[in-house]
Amino acid sequence: MTTATAFTVDGEPLPFVPGQTLAAALVASGRVAWRTTRGGRRPRGIFCGIGVCYDCLVTVDGLGGQRACLVQARAGMAVTTGEGDDE
Amino acid sequence: MSESRDLVVVGAGPAGMAAAATALDGGLRVVLVDSGAAPGGQFWRHPALFARETLPTADLHHGLSTYRALCSTLSAHERTGRLTLLLNHHVWTTARDEDGFAVHAMDRGRAPEEEAVVLRAPALLVATGAYDRQLPFPGWDLPGVLTAGGLQSLLKGGGVVPGRRVVLGGTGPFLLPVAAALAARGAKVVAVCEAAAPSAWLRHPAALLRNPAKWAEGARYAGTLARHRVPVRTRTAIVGAEGEGRVAVVRTAALDTDGRPLPGTERRIEADTVGVGWGFVPQLDLLLPLGCGLGDAGDGTMAAAVDDGQRTTVPGLYAAGETCGVGGAALAVSEGRVAAVSVLTDLCAPGRPGTRRPAAERRAVARHRAFARAMAQAHPLPPAWPAWLTDDTPVCRCEEVTAGAVRSARADHSAADHRQVKQLTRAGMGWCQGRMCGPAVHCLVARGEPYAPAERLIATPVTLGALADSGESTSDHT
Repeated sequence: MTTATAFTVDGEPLPFVPGQTLAAALVASGRVAWRTTRGGRRPRGIFCGIGVCYDCLVTVDGLGGQRACLVQARAGMAVTTGEGDDE
Repeated sequence: MSESRDLVVVGAGPAGMAAAATALDGGLRVVLVDSGAAPGGQFWRHPALFARETLPTADLHHGLSTYRALCSTLSAHERTGRLTLLLNHHVWTTARDEDGFAVHAMDRGRAPEEEAVVLRAPALLVATGAYDRQLPFPGWDLPGVLTAGGLQSLLKGGGVVPGRRVVLGGTGPFLLPVAAALAARGAKVVAVCEAAAPSAWLRHPAALLRNPAKWAEGARYAGTLARHRVPVRTRTAIVGAEGEGRVAVVRTAALDTDGRPLPGTERRIEADTVGVGWGFVPQLDLLLPLGCGLGDAGDGTMAAAVDDGQRTTVPGLYAAGETCGVGGAALAVSEGRVAAVSVLTDLCAPGRPGTRRPAAERRAVARHRAFARAMAQAHPLPPAWPAWLTDDTPVCRCEEVTAGAVRSARADHSAADHRQVKQLTRAGMGWCQGRMCGPAVHCLVARGEPYAPAERLIATPVTLGALADSGESTSDHT
C-alpha cells in the first residue's frame, strides 16, 4: 500500500483500498469507534453502515457532520474525529 | 442538461433498477438517482465500478445474474442518452410541481463538497428500500455492536469484517446470509440467535410450496453455515452486551413463547462483534411529505399503500420494493417492473407492453407478497422483548434517552405514541430523527398498532450554503 492511497485521521495517515468508504477504511484498521456522545461521553462509531443512524460522524476537510459510512475515501482527505458532530 | 424526462426513479436497488429498465425499454426517458457509488441498493451493494477488481465481492451475492442483466440494460440506455444515471446523489426532499414532481438532490460525488440538483418529471417512482429494525438491549450502544445490515454493507461495499468473533441476533431470514458471508470471509460466527421458533414456518405451507426458489436459497445458506460449523439457536435472543470501550461478552438467553428470557438459560459468549436485526422498516421519508397514503404491512410497520399497479394514493407517484412492505429482492424486481408498466400506461407511452407479461409479473408479485406475509408472521417481534431492558438502557442513541425515561413518559404523562414521547423526553430528536429508536419507542408505548414514522421534511441533512446555491445556479435536470 503506498501513501498515494491514504487519508489522514487526526493527522495520522490511514491507508485505504480505493472504493472503500472512510468507515470501511477505519474498520479495516481495527477501529470501530471514533467519537463520543455529548451527554454520557460514550464511545461511538460504526453502527448502521448505511447512513441512517449518524453514529459514525466525522469532520472531513473542515466540514463537520459527515457520515463516515457514506463518504468515499480519497487520497489526501483530512479526517478529524470527536468534533463538529454535536451541532 | 435540459432534455425532457418522463420519469424520475429514486433508489437504484432491485426495484428501482427493474423499474428503470422496463420504463426505458418501453421508450421513456428516465433519470435514476441513488446515494450509492454503484447501482444495486443494499441487497446488491457493490463498490464503485473502478474498484471491482481491488474489492472483489461477487462471491457474497445472491441473484447476481439478474443484477448483471439489469446493469447491462441500463448501460445500453445510458449510451443512447435515454437514461441519466446519477450516483452519489442524495435526495433530500420531493415536492409537487406544476406538471408533476420536483426531486431535490445533493450531488456528493466529491464529498464533503456538495452541489444542489433538481430533477423534474411528470412521474415519480420512489424505491428507497428499508433499513434494519432495532430493538435496544443493555449494551447495544457499545462499539462493536452493529446492525446486521451494517455488517453486510461493510462486507459487500468495502470488503471488511469489523472483528473476529461474531454473534448475530434478532429475527428473520436475513441473519443467515449475513452469517454465511461473515463465515466465508474468515470471521468466526459463534452463534446466530433467532428469536422465532422454527415450527412457525409450518403454519404457512402454501406460501412455502409456491416459492421453491426461497427453499433453494435457504438451503444454500444452511449448507454454508453447516460447513463453517455456525450454530443457529432458535427461540434465543441477545439480551445484553458487555465490555469496556468495545463489546467483549454477549449475553444470550432462551425465550418463552412471549419472548421473555427463561430464568437459568443465560449464557455468556466471548465476542468482539455483534450484529442485530429485527426485520426492516420501510424508508418512507420521501413519500410522506407528498401525502402518500400508508397501509399496514403486516410486520408491525406501515408501508406505502399501492394498488395492483404499484400506484400510490397520489396521482403520478409510484412506489415499489420495500417501501411497499418488506419482502425481498425478487418481489422488489417484480414490483419495479409492474410499476414501470403502470407509468407507461398512465403516460400513454407508445412502447407499453401488451397484457400477457404484465399479468405474469402481477402474479409473481402476489406470490412473493404471500411469502412475505408468511415470513412476517413466522418472525414477529417477541411481544415481551421489553423484559430484557433495564431502566438505564439507552433507547434513543442520539439523545441518550433511557428506557426508564420512556416508560415514565408513558406512565406519568400518558404518552400514547412516539411523537408524544419525543416531546417529553427528546427521544427521536437527535441526528437520526428517530429512525433508529422510533420503532422501539413505538412498541414501548403503543404496542399493537403498526409503526408509522414521523414526517421528516428533510430526508438527509444539507448545508445552508448548498441550499443558498440551489436557486439559479442549480444544475437543473429538467
